[in-house]
Amino acid sequence: MCLAIPGRIAEITDPSEITRRGIVDFEGIRKSVNLAFVPDAKENDYVLVHVGFAITRIDESKARQVFESLRELEALDELEPPGVSEPELEPETETL
Amino acid sequence: MKYLDEYRDGEAVRRFADAIRKITTRPWTLMEICGGQTHSIVRFGLDELLPEQISLVHGPGCPVCVTPVELIDKAIEIASHPKAILCSFGDMLRVPGTRGDLFSAKANGGDVRFVYSPLDALDIARKNRYRQVVFFAVGFETTAPANAMAVYQAHREGIENFSLLVSHVLVPPAMEALLSAADNRVQGFLAAGHVCAIMGEEEYKPIADRYSVPIVITGFEPLDIMEGIHICVKQLETGLSLVDNQYARSVRKEGNVHARRMIEEVFEVIPRKWRGLGTIPQSGLGLRGDYKAFDAEERFSLSKISAEESTECIAGEILRGVKKPHQCSAFGNRCTPDKPLGAPMVSSEGACAAYYRHRLITV
Ligand code: SF4
Repeated sequence: MCLAIPGRIAEITDPSEITRRGIVDFEGIRKSVNLAFVPDAKENDYVLVHVGFAITRIDESKARQVFESLRELEALDELEPPGVSEPELEPETETL
Repeated sequence: MKYLDEYRDGEAVRRFADAIRKITTRPWTLMEICGGQTHSIVRFGLDELLPEQISLVHGPGCPVCVTPVELIDKAIEIASHPKAILCSFGDMLRVPGTRGDLFSAKANGGDVRFVYSPLDALDIARKNRYRQVVFFAVGFETTAPANAMAVYQAHREGIENFSLLVSHVLVPPAMEALLSAADNRVQGFLAAGHVCAIMGEEEYKPIADRYSVPIVITGFEPLDIMEGIHICVKQLETGLSLVDNQYARSVRKEGNVHARRMIEEVFEVIPRKWRGLGTIPQSGLGLRGDYKAFDAEERFSLSKISAEESTECIAGEILRGVKKPHQCSAFGNRCTPDKPLGAPMVSSEGACAAYYRHRLITV
């Protein structure tokens, strides 16, 4: 029900305030979408679309955050004192 | 698809699961609010990757599931009116009322149309000036601005044959109702990302403080959910109860001010009845002031219709997170997506339907 799909604004077709509209591209599928709630979104910006309305602009600068926090978590782990180091795997020798 | 696929990376999901395992020392019960999150968790088996101490319970986050039976009956009543066209989102098609569903109302000759957007219903009203066009406005805060906009435009253009059957519910009052129930088990929340994209963070701070629960605004993709759980567990393990935002790419602190302004223009906060939870004060939206003229319940004199829920369906306990779908005796036998007894089996985001589609073999 609260499903919202990310798409790229390909074109603004109606710039007026209440009926602001544009064509949003969902990787090939294009739909006319109401843009009244994202007045500062421009062409090529990504928006989340729900029941024919863009409800928010996706902030490109925050989009990688989840990967960065994962990397930070793992970097912290590496700082911990090392336990018993695992032996390196020997390549299995083939028996003839 | 950009902004979707990258958050489904299985390797990164597993690395998050490891990180969660490392910090978990005690059992914790978390609730995801939104049905979209429930669907992702069950579909990608995220709960099965978590340490045993973490249990996820599925919250009331599916507006279709919490729409009371009597509103379905009212929609069916409107659909049977010869001069009316009832428009609805497709999700409502098979939700059972006391006497059938919208699908059967359509089969019986009612003019029921499934639309993608409330603006499509408004267009139908523009093109059928001699018919009464009613839009069944179901939803959380996410959908409220769109529905408000349809009424706002109808009012501005003087479209008199358009009205709304309103069944709008709000998330924070439902969280409070759950937390203050005697059988509550929830210790932390993953809040619904798209609801917060509209409403922002501020409503959650008083709840986190009053009930000492961490509330993490979370997205819908597997990585979002795993990170949301990690943040929530970390807070629980260190005794914190803060509002945090995992979904910052889509959720600003203040939400979407333009959308909020439209909600406030058209709707006011009222008590609402929730399927399975009963009436919760200040938990819904109704039309305000001049916009009351667009209320279908008034136009069709429907306020007298009331109905009770089926006794076999334990939707109430499912929606409060007290029971899981397979603990219902009707699950998978008398109740299936083709012949649902209760709404959580109907909606694709309902917990029962999610378990039926992805878990039937294992339960
Ligand atoms: S399985 Fe069916 S009857 Fe049981 S709780 Fe779910 S919807 Fe209700």
